[in-house]
Amino acid sequence: MQGNGNGERVEITISSRFENIELVQVIAEHLCENAGLDEDGTHWIGMAVREAVANAIKHGNKLDVRKKVNATFQLHDHQLEIRISDEGAGFDPGAIGDPLNPLNLMKTSGRGIFYMKTFMDQVQYSFVPGGGTSLLMTKNLAKGTGLASSKI
Amino acid sequence: MKATPRTVDGVEVIKLDGKITIGSGDQQLREIITNALNAGKSKILLDMSGVTTIDSSGIGELVGSYTTVTNRGGKLKLLHLPAKLNELLHVTQLITVFEVYENEQEAVKSF
Repeated sequence: MQGNGNGERVEITISSRFENIELVQVIAEHLCENAGLDEDGTHWIGMAVREAVANAIKHGNKLDVRKKVNATFQLHDHQLEIRISDEGAGFDPGAIGDPLNPLNLMKTSGRGIFYMKTFMDQVQYSFVPGGGTSLLMTKNLAKGTGLASSKI
Repeated sequence: MKATPRTVDGVEVIKLDGKITIGSGDQQLREIITNALNAGKSKILLDMSGVTTIDSSGIGELVGSYTTVTNRGGKLKLLHLPAKLNELLHVTQLITVFEVYENEQEAVKSF
């Protein structure tokens, strides 16, 4: 961890175990609290991070504990930037159905990215040639709260 | 996650406490529902007031539980939704699927 407030950067690398998800979530929530975000906003960002790390462990690294998930958090002028990277083979984000489509409503999976997009301002995947997926999520903490984005 | 079941007027009221998240609670929920159905209990009311954290896997398990119970001729309804769970069901429009109650007596009568 470097510095306080603006310019803060935190990085953590975990092995691909579900029980490690909370470690990353807690860091996100602490950063948000320290930046003055309200309880709801902090909760929703923590949840977006939880979903991102769960996807990296399950769908990216396929639960291979030898593979790592890296998370970096950077805060600049109320802009929180979160990057979650795994060592998996990648996937096609476009192939994931819209969970709001009536045909998908009763599916038991496929809502994680939707929640991330709901709670964050930006959600962008990139794929590293040769392996690895990197997810960038951003949130302007000055906008205030919660289910923040303009989508709600 | 901890589940505490009791029977009220033929309805299995199951109070859930703790997390329903990936790898912790999601599979448990499936087992709880399956066990209730196998015991002949098809009117199920899940009291969600003690659920502290739920993620998309937990939401998925709730949906799966609803489908399983419905397919076996039963009914699954929800009681005392925490505000954030309510929000999660709203944004995914799943709130239109579940019958949700704030009053246990009213919920039990509705079966």
